[in-house]
Amino acid sequence: MIYSLVGYYSLVLGLIVGLTLFYFSFKNFNNATILNSKILSFTFLQFFFVVISFLCLIFSFVVSDFSNETVFNNSHTTKPLFYKISGTWGNHEGSLLLWLLVLTFFIFIFLLKTKNQPTKYKILTLVFQQVIIIGFFIFLIKTSNPFNYLFPIPVEGLGLNPILQDPALAIHPPILYLGYVGSSIIFSSVLSATALKMISISWATHIKKWILTSWIFLTLGILLGSIWAYYELGWGGFWFWDPVENVSLMPWLALTTLLHCIMVLEKKNILSSWTIILSIATFTLSMCGTFLVRSGILNSVHTFANDPERGVFILIFLFILIFLSLFIFFFFHKDNEKNSNQFFWLSKETSILINNWFMMYFLSVVLIGTVYPIFLDVISSEKISVGPPFYHKLIMPFLIPFLLMMAIGPKLKWIKSDFENKFYLICLLLISIFLAYFILKSFNQKILINTILISSALYLFFITIRDFFVKKYKNLSQNISHFGFSLLILSILFNNLFSSEVITNLKLGETFENSKVNIYFESIDSKKSKNYDSIIANFIIRNSNGEEDKLSPELRIYNQPVIATSEADIKTSLISDKFIVVNLVQNQDYFNVRYQVKPLMMWIWISVILISFGGLISLIKKNHEK
Amino acid sequence: MRNKILSISVFLFFSIVFVIFFKGLKETNIYTPDLDIKKEIPFFHAKDFYTGKKLNTSDIFKLNQTYLLNIWSSWCLPCRKEHPLLLSLNENKKINIIGMNYKDNKINAEKFLKELGNPYKRVFEDLEGTIAIEWGAYGVPETFLIYNNKIIRKYIGPLNLNIIEEIKLLIK
Repeated sequence: MIYSLVGYYSLVLGLIVGLTLFYFSFKNFNNATILNSKILSFTFLQFFFVVISFLCLIFSFVVSDFSNETVFNNSHTTKPLFYKISGTWGNHEGSLLLWLLVLTFFIFIFLLKTKNQPTKYKILTLVFQQVIIIGFFIFLIKTSNPFNYLFPIPVEGLGLNPILQDPALAIHPPILYLGYVGSSIIFSSVLSATALKMISISWATHIKKWILTSWIFLTLGILLGSIWAYYELGWGGFWFWDPVENVSLMPWLALTTLLHCIMVLEKKNILSSWTIILSIATFTLSMCGTFLVRSGILNSVHTFANDPERGVFILIFLFILIFLSLFIFFFFHKDNEKNSNQFFWLSKETSILINNWFMMYFLSVVLIGTVYPIFLDVISSEKISVGPPFYHKLIMPFLIPFLLMMAIGPKLKWIKSDFENKFYLICLLLISIFLAYFILKSFNQKILINTILISSALYLFFITIRDFFVKKYKNLSQNISHFGFSLLILSILFNNLFSSEVITNLKLGETFENSKVNIYFESIDSKKSKNYDSIIANFIIRNSNGEEDKLSPELRIYNQPVIATSEADIKTSLISDKFIVVNLVQNQDYFNVRYQVKPLMMWIWISVILISFGGLISLIKKNHEK
Repeated sequence: MRNKILSISVFLFFSIVFVIFFKGLKETNIYTPDLDIKKEIPFFHAKDFYTGKKLNTSDIFKLNQTYLLNIWSSWCLPCRKEHPLLLSLNENKKINIIGMNYKDNKINAEKFLKELGNPYKRVFEDLEGTIAIEWGAYGVPETFLIYNNKIIRKYIGPLNLNIIEEIKLLIK
């Protein structure tokens, strides 16, 4: 109870500090020198209050203080300590508090680290960031207070949804939020730089670190979510084009494009409009994601308890930010047209620009697929649902030129380039085409588009590998990331093409057999754990090569709340994953068994880690240069 | 000038997006079985209750005829209550009453009909409750008024005298 009290009042204090900061920054905007030292301590104070509040919530969860409504709704005394703590952000209120924590943390670090920029710019960035922070404070205190008091105090909590009791998911929200919220700094900074007309090479160098940081976290956050979906949901896939996944993919696409734009801006002082729009887009798309997920306007696995009041608040807040940034963009930004005509058709910047357009295309496909059902529902009350085929059909063909451009682009020089000594480019292309053709032919797959797709991915793969040897450490970060991307596309393609699946109903002791695999249902065990009982089904699987695997999927019945989940058993190797999941058939002795062989699953995770590792290297290098 | 037009249209565009999202919030996104009136009846396969013969939609429902499909079960107490009303309605020759025996035990169901009388022209089985789902039913009892292979009315819960009067009025 004392924790709730302290937590609540430190939130209120944090809001008061925010308002004070906002007011003083405006009042003393031109008298910047006096303010400079005070700003830092005030921002720290605000961060400190949010930390206190967040710690209070964690403590309430740890000691199972059920007088707190959030704890009551999402925790239980029998839950392991790890999940008690991770339960703090596994709900709407707590996760918003985490948002706020990261917001205040980032602005504090930003002010601490930014030394060489003009004070006016710093103050204005702080003002914009405070607009966001104050908005979230009000949202939290008014509509989703994590410290609501319950009386009489319940003896026991309702428990955390078992599908959220997973280690990957425990760290997924904080990492993802670092990415999402990191983009808020980019947003505030770009607005203030635009308003002060200081979008320049030095600004680009300064903001690039922040873009890289949030990009790395966003990439890893999405990866963790995907890993969770694969291991925990047991649907046998890593990406379902669920609205919530899309909502995280959209800022990622915008941020990746921004990352490339900022490099052009840093080198050539062009593409400034692109940079501004993309910075705004990245953050508003993150916010839009919060809106879509939290308002309950979409149906999805991530929807927490719906409350229309919350939806209206985020919506209004989101559009205030959008209109504010649009106003600043149109009012203050004058594109330097002198520079923009200097594009030569064969140069690095042209190739980046072309791929930016492709990225924008992918982004709009995802955006339309996610939002269009809502529009249609409102305009014509028709209900449609958009599924994977839509995305696959619209995205796949355009990946081909995208991949080729990704392979050739980095080979070009800035400003102007030609094709001297580029013989190996054509050689590698031919090799890739042949290889792709033979791979597909040997597996009896004869679809033309697959051949072309695989050859373009292989092309990027070979070119980046060659660069590791030829270029050594020059441009290493870019090379690693592009290599990772080619690996990702290849793994996804092969995974899609060569996955096989068996769905059958088996009784204990029965065997399923086809030309490729023999599944024997050996035995059933049962086990009792602290917060669930489980039935374990043991299978022996023999494939055509005579290899034998023992797989034991589980059915878990969690006690608080009572929910049955099925845990897949997955045997992972570098070449392929064997994935088995069982479900009970109603009122019978039969189990519904789904067995899948998914090649190269591991490589999908590895390649995404490589992609973000490339970003990390670039970030370290940047800090090292200084 | 060009910049002005661009900025105004962008602002307008986002305003429209705002309005649409705002309206979207008001609409529910919880999908319930469609209550659409005058919907075509669904196509299904079932087993005849007495003969065990396989039936499909067209064997039971004919065009230009009025039917009353009643979902019932021997374990369902409200069904017992509405049963006399069905029997009285059966005296009206313009309507054919069809029974859907929902998740029931055959012996109990037969006993139920023997004890209370059989108002149904035909009864078919829905042991697993899947056909009821196809009809968009919530549970037992539930009654559909059908004319020309279209659902005219749907009554959730037990029938009462008012509903019987309404049905009589409708089939005139």
